[in-house]
Amino acid sequence: MSVNDVIMQAMRENGIDFVTTVPCKQLAGVIEKIEQADDMRHVPANREDEGMGLCAGAYMGGAKPAIIMQNTAIGVTINALATLIQFYRMPLPMLISYRGEVGEPVACQVEMAVHTKALLDQLSIPTYHFHKPEDAHETSAILSHCFMARKPVALLMDATFWKGA
Amino acid sequence: MIRSDVLKTLIPLISDELVVTNIGLPSQEMHLLDDQPSNFYMLGTMGLASSIGLGLALAQDKKVIAVDGDGSVLMNFGTLPTIANNQAPNFILLIIDNGSYGSTGDQTTYTGMKTSLAEVARACGCDNVVECAAEDTKDEVVKALAGEQMTIIISKCESGNIKVPVIEMDPVVIKDRFMKAVNA
Repeated sequence: MSVNDVIMQAMRENGIDFVTTVPCKQLAGVIEKIEQADDMRHVPANREDEGMGLCAGAYMGGAKPAIIMQNTAIGVTINALATLIQFYRMPLPMLISYRGEVGEPVACQVEMAVHTKALLDQLSIPTYHFHKPEDAHETSAILSHCFMARKPVALLMDATFWKGA
Repeated sequence: MIRSDVLKTLIPLISDELVVTNIGLPSQEMHLLDDQPSNFYMLGTMGLASSIGLGLALAQDKKVIAVDGDGSVLMNFGTLPTIANNQAPNFILLIIDNGSYGSTGDQTTYTGMKTSLAEVARACGCDNVVECAAEDTKDEVVKALAGEQMTIIISKCESGNIKVPVIEMDPVVIKDRFMKAVNA
């Protein structure tokens, strides 16, 4: 099973039915599956902080949301994470394409990669780094943990992991 | 009429509706005028009232009114194409457009200059956009509540603020009672 299918299955196991996305090349496959899924509403966002607003509203409306984005988005979502998701204590699984790691062809992506874990750590956001395709099997338990804790949780999925797509 | 005058005309019309209010004075004024469990007060995160409102409207069937401001919509213009392309017939975005950043000292926004939010919203593909004078806001909200389509109302009012206290309610309490109102 490809990592895309494992991620989809994990989202289904956790009842995730509202997914907002800002694309990344590495996420193309999973975004396409979400778009095609009858049991998930896919709401593409123009910026990731907008997406977090959508997820917050959907959560209060009874949905189980998730956001799919690139790690560069950490730079534009810190305020939304601190003053909305964390302040009001809402769950938010963040499935993150971790650009700028080994295998990255674009030098500029490394500039945010070197800050990604430090920023998430500064925000006290539980963070899981998926490096090997088999790490995908932890997705379901991490999503469940996120909704239990009512916190944002980050799943960083790097280039080596996506070789399993 | 200033923003608080417009909000007063909407009470009790929207008292039992799900209302998401923008950071700063819109939340504080609504809290002072008509505190309800069905009000979600934003205490931070400028720009996202319309996004929270849309997410809420897409996730359940009750009417949702997001009370936003011109400065906040200018900050999150990306919300307008998202509203246009994700049909939520139960969503009303009420933009109180006083052409200024009211919560920070009434600095002029670009809608107080050349920019028309109604034109921008229409260009983004929003189908049902109404611009009205402050005095007519209530009538437009009545119509939108009776209707079955997403509505954006841009209420053109004067700049100015009343003195209101900061909201001291705990954010988790605001969220918890709001979610119970959603489910009621």
